[in-house]
Amino acid sequence: MKVEAKILIGLGVFFGLMCLVYWNWSLENAGGVMMFAAMLLCFLPGGYYYWWSRRMKARPEDDPNATQAGGAGVVGAFPGTSIWPFTLGMGSFFVVLALVFGIWFLVPGLGLVIWAMLGGTAEGRRGGKV
Amino acid sequence: MTDLLKPPVHVEDHGHEEHHGPTGILKWITTTDHKVIGLSYTITAVIMLVIGGMFAEIIRAQLATPNGTLVSLAQYNELFTMHGSVMIYLFAGPFAFGALANIIVPIQIGAPDMAFPRLNALSYWLYLTGAITMLSGFFVTGGAANFGWVAYAPLSNSLNTPGAGADLWIGGLLLTGFSAIFTGVNLCATIFYLRAPGMTMFRMPIFTWNMLVTSILILLAFPVLTAGLIMLYADRHFGTHIFSVAGGGVPVLWQHLFWFWGHPEVYILALPFFGMVTEIIPVFSRKPVFGYKGMIFATLSIAALSLGVWAHHMFTTGVVLLPFFSIMSLLIAVPTGIKIFNWIGTMWRGEVWFSTAMLMSLGFLFTFLIGGLTGIYLASPPLDFFTHDTYFVVAHFHSVVMALVLAGMGGLFYWGPKITGYLLNERLGKAQFWFLFIGTQAFTFPLYILGLQGMPRRMAIYPHDPQWKGLNDLSTVGAVLIGISTIIFVINVVVSWKKYPAGDNPWDGHTLEWFTTSPPPHHNFYRLLQIRSERPTWDYNHPGHRALAHGQHEAHEENDSEVPAS
Ligand code: HEM
Ligand SMILES: [Cu+2]
Repeated sequence: MKVEAKILIGLGVFFGLMCLVYWNWSLENAGGVMMFAAMLLCFLPGGYYYWWSRRMKARPEDDPNATQAGGAGVVGAFPGTSIWPFTLGMGSFFVVLALVFGIWFLVPGLGLVIWAMLGGTAEGRRGGKV
Repeated sequence: MTDLLKPPVHVEDHGHEEHHGPTGILKWITTTDHKVIGLSYTITAVIMLVIGGMFAEIIRAQLATPNGTLVSLAQYNELFTMHGSVMIYLFAGPFAFGALANIIVPIQIGAPDMAFPRLNALSYWLYLTGAITMLSGFFVTGGAANFGWVAYAPLSNSLNTPGAGADLWIGGLLLTGFSAIFTGVNLCATIFYLRAPGMTMFRMPIFTWNMLVTSILILLAFPVLTAGLIMLYADRHFGTHIFSVAGGGVPVLWQHLFWFWGHPEVYILALPFFGMVTEIIPVFSRKPVFGYKGMIFATLSIAALSLGVWAHHMFTTGVVLLPFFSIMSLLIAVPTGIKIFNWIGTMWRGEVWFSTAMLMSLGFLFTFLIGGLTGIYLASPPLDFFTHDTYFVVAHFHSVVMALVLAGMGGLFYWGPKITGYLLNERLGKAQFWFLFIGTQAFTFPLYILGLQGMPRRMAIYPHDPQWKGLNDLSTVGAVLIGISTIIFVINVVVSWKKYPAGDNPWDGHTLEWFTTSPPPHHNFYRLLQIRSERPTWDYNHPGHRALAHGQHEAHEENDSEVPAS
């Protein structure tokens, strides 16, 4: 976790410095705001990883001498197949078409999006097909 | 849902999973396997390359004569806009992070899948529907978007560009933008949380490193584009005046938003391809990569700097801080130079095996060097004032993007056998390389000269001048050669179909993907090995050699070549 944290915090510090220079030197605000936001976006996960890296012992993947057996155990839950990403994708497609061809496209669009969100969540709880 | 055990697992444990899933179209629609999704991405992205390439061929055919009449002036606007848009938004990015990275990164770090498999599938559907949305502009009245791939305000407002084509362009980009953001999240989470035991950050293959940095850049840059697009849409339809002077808005704000995404995007496109050649060159030089850590820090500094250079695309607007952006842009040349130095250092005194993948990488190196050097010219405001909006710029970025195409083809030849289990024909591969390489130089070189002589870009016709005609002809010939190279590739795929079994490790590869079977099983590994360096598979196959620390490389006498050079 330490390296991950350092990378993000390092990038954030750099963007912060760049923001300071740019803010004081330029006559324009958009760039400064965007660099400030970039800095925050780095500090947020970077700080989180840093916080954790101080509170947990090195994970097997951070240990240069780890053995494969040492890392055995549950990695996570991986769904085998799922129809919900497709449903959500098609829903989003219709929502975007509503921007172009008329508001009524929102009916199937939002319908599919909501259906997919409910279905996907339920599947996550129940455990879907493998 | 399977609670997945980390390897070592038994073959039987996973063997059955492959047989139960749906097949055919239902498999394609419901899969959450990163390899299947990655393959869908690969096929879709290559189709986009062909579509974008066909637009380019029409453009070049139009420009073969000064007063070409192949297309109308209005159609020409649609063509160059959609050519640029398809290539940048629908081919280069998705090919890199949706296709190859999606397939290779989890395997390279010993992960069973991406961290969020369903999100990964969603990314693909957003990409596919986004592509369909953008391209369907050709079928509505008024035609496809025609304001250039950068959609500058005020040209892109509803007065100057009415019609559904422009809205479809915006909508398509919203979809593909979210697709990219989700892939970025997925790659970051995968790399941070799913590495195999012993796969420390500084043992990750360079390709994976580059994809991590690319993903961070995606997360920093793409939301700005999405926000900009929503503002643009609001200006067009909801009567806001964010980008129009009339209502108190600032047109140049669009350029700031666009290029704050757009320049990092250049590196979002380039870094994955840098990563590909950094995998290919060491393997085919039979040496570890030269300067492993240097490569990583170069990548990180390119990423950091790339957020501070956006306005070098806006020098001629007269309202940007020239010294700041010029200095930052020139600084990027330093880490890029380090990379080129390291690539050459890797080949230096290696036993270079000129396979197609390696030739493509060398072609990349040469072409990218030209693109990079001309980029340094453009980073200097006085020179940019002179060449802005001429074919010099078009030539510069085509040297860069065609270098990426070369690298991407190298990646397909290198990893294709891992993905499909079969090699491509090397002879046809080499023929493809020479057509692509020579075609690229013949296509870009005349454009540099035309640009210096002042030929403006985005013009369907140009003055009668024998020299300009000759140079344009040469460029068109180059484009035709590039087109032929693509046809050779398609022929190669057809004639090599399931013909040359690859085996698990055809190139004596270094990284984990060459340890598993070709194609890899469901959840990627039947067993894993002890990871003690950044070349675990090579260590395993060459037990006599001690594991080398980062950056060190052996004298080449120590290398053995078990695999016969072709
Ligand atoms: C077959 C190879 C290619 C040929 C022959 C080609 C040809 C051209 C030509 C002649 C133009 C200038 C049109 C004009 O300004 O009037 C152009 C523009 C452009 N090309 Fe390509 N191109 C090729 C490949 C690519 C690739 C691989 C990419 C990106 C990955 C790309 C991205 C662009 C972009 C962004 C523009 C600018 C569009 C605009 O002005 O809005 N091209 N191309
Ligand atoms: Cu740039």
